[in-house]
Amino acid sequence: MTSPAWPDELAQARLHVVTGKGGTGKSTAAAALALALATGGRRTLLVEVEGRQGIAQLFDTAPLPYEERRIAVAPDGGEVKALAVDAEAALLEYLAMFYNLGFAGRTLRRMGAVEFATTLAPGLRDVLLTGKVKEAVARTQGGRHVYDAVVLDAPPTGRVVKFLDVTRAMADLAKVGPIRNQSEGVVRLLHSGDTMVHVVTLLEDLPVSETLEAVAELDAADLRPGAVMVNRARPARLSSRSVSAAAGGRVDAARVRSGLLAAGLELEPDVIDGLVAETVEHAVRVDAEQQARSRLDEAGMPTLELPEVTEVGADGVDLGALYELAEELREQGVR
Amino acid sequence: MTSGPAQSAMTSQLPLDIDALLDDRSSRVVVCCGSGGVGKTTIAATLGLRAAERGRHAVVLTIDPARRLAQSLGLRELDNQPRQVPGAGDDGGDGSGGELHAMMLDMQRTFDEMVRAHATPERADQIIANPFYQTISSSFSGTQEYMAMEKLGQLVAADEWDLVVVDTPPSRSALDFLDAPQRLSSFLDGRMIRLLSAPARAGSRGVRRLVGAGFGLFSKAVSTILGAQLLADAAAFVQAFDTMFGGFRERANATYELLRAPGTAFLVVASPEIDALREAAYFVDRLASEKMPLAGLVLNRTHPLHAQLPAARAETAAEQLESEGDSPLAAAVLRLHADRVARTNRERRLLARFRKAHPAVPVVGLPTMPQDVHDLPGLRAIGERFADGTQPGRRA
Repeated sequence: MTSPAWPDELAQARLHVVTGKGGTGKSTAAAALALALATGGRRTLLVEVEGRQGIAQLFDTAPLPYEERRIAVAPDGGEVKALAVDAEAALLEYLAMFYNLGFAGRTLRRMGAVEFATTLAPGLRDVLLTGKVKEAVARTQGGRHVYDAVVLDAPPTGRVVKFLDVTRAMADLAKVGPIRNQSEGVVRLLHSGDTMVHVVTLLEDLPVSETLEAVAELDAADLRPGAVMVNRARPARLSSRSVSAAAGGRVDAARVRSGLLAAGLELEPDVIDGLVAETVEHAVRVDAEQQARSRLDEAGMPTLELPEVTEVGADGVDLGALYELAEELREQGVR
Repeated sequence: MTSGPAQSAMTSQLPLDIDALLDDRSSRVVVCCGSGGVGKTTIAATLGLRAAERGRHAVVLTIDPARRLAQSLGLRELDNQPRQVPGAGDDGGDGSGGELHAMMLDMQRTFDEMVRAHATPERADQIIANPFYQTISSSFSGTQEYMAMEKLGQLVAADEWDLVVVDTPPSRSALDFLDAPQRLSSFLDGRMIRLLSAPARAGSRGVRRLVGAGFGLFSKAVSTILGAQLLADAAAFVQAFDTMFGGFRERANATYELLRAPGTAFLVVASPEIDALREAAYFVDRLASEKMPLAGLVLNRTHPLHAQLPAARAETAAEQLESEGDSPLAAAVLRLHADRVARTNRERRLLARFRKAHPAVPVVGLPTMPQDVHDLPGLRAIGERFADGTQPGRRA
């Protein structure tokens, strides 16, 4: 790895978009990033747009309303707020700025009219969601930004470019009007150095392929790829020489046995065979991970590592683990 | 070689017997569902291959846009027509050899074909040329699921295969597969578009009275935002679609019923991760409330232990070796084992939670493959692990 994990252009960004293939843990990574960026007295906003209440689950709170709520205090006095943006609510909120819908808003929503309108023009949905994000990024109070950084838990890699490519979405919209004006501001923000798109991956074939494809797609759409976040990175237990030997099935069982004896462990042969089998399996995986990593390195992107978290409560990743991941990110230079 | 309560929690109780499912000639449709990234496509391909090699005439329908299934089946490309997979199937010495076909859903083409099947040629051309139809057929969020259902219906109706294995779209939520067709259906229903595009003339006075002047404002606002052209296109589309809509909905309903019919089995796929299991639980509940037949849960990529040695003992010994600088290999082996125990325990806790809420759901654990799979022998090997996981007395 030649480039720093968190170069200046990433530190200067104000909107951090986090995407990744399904199952790679992008929501966890986004939450850890929001915490890391809030460390030391800063304020960040973590936004989700897919209506799955992933943030509430991660932070173990009640489902988030369409409202910015403080969900965590960062180390050294920062804070993370969270917002679950809902396209329908955003549309009604938006319309209310221009038209007095009165009671009709709620009824329309119940009838599905709002969902219908956002469905009618898929681009409208994306424009509303990104519009809300842009508003939070740009919001100021007393001459300074309300949020030092906004972290967007974005749609997965397969859909993210379409989601961010607001220019294309605007084709669905009227050629003039308030939403259009706002959309133009969104386009400027998303294509500027203020916005970075980070891609979460595992060191496996398919996630890495999707990561590389997403980076190429982002480049082609003139959006800026930020860092690759390698999730569930495993600690290196074997020396690299032992890895290649063990991956080829060569583990010196006699040496293992004498080593174990030296530590006072006298184990049955089948237990030792089992340990050797686990070691071989691990080495084969590490070997594959190294290949995946060298493919990633070709993209030449800054790379962050999130260690695998196994020591957790029965509820999956818990809050303590999120702080640990945030701390790891800080140590790798995230600020 | 291993036993104990923790191990049995992984596989016993109600094992899911995959081979019995595949060998049962009355199994006609297997639907693999689950959230994204859990390995649905690979599981679907594995099942299709294993079925073919056990004498079935199987076809796998994938919706995977990443063309991964094609890769793993050794085909350069899959398209909207089923193609035979070379080298897959049993030897067929007795003339009853199994075969595997595979295809990938092309939703736009499937939609076009459906329109042509239901409308006069002129009407069909009119619909297909409508810009709004083009949006709906290419990027409406439920179209893929709807067309997957349609294709499934066609494959079953074609009667060329005795087993159809379906991989569901990589949607945000596993439930989308069941809900999206309904969403598209109510969308195409036309009531709302009529209200929006011509609220003054809309038939439903009750609705208008209910919403009052707000609706006029709303539709005005929407047309300001979306542009009058879009609404006009949408209205023209819905009007053109209206006559064929009945047939359309009937078809969708028939396919939905097919999912409830005997001979259909749902397999819910999850990885031993919190999110994936949560989705799986939602799906299991939903299938039950829809009276759809659930075969069981495939817990993909588990990490069973190969050695019985408590993690604490392994760690203490590793520490001792590390402090003495002795036997780095043995120390590493012990650390790896402790890591593995931690991971296995986590997986067991997650599964135990699922089981507690769903005690009647059969489960098969599928140990992770050390290497990524992208060819037929790899799929075959997963199939073997499937079978191992289902036989009592053998470990998953």
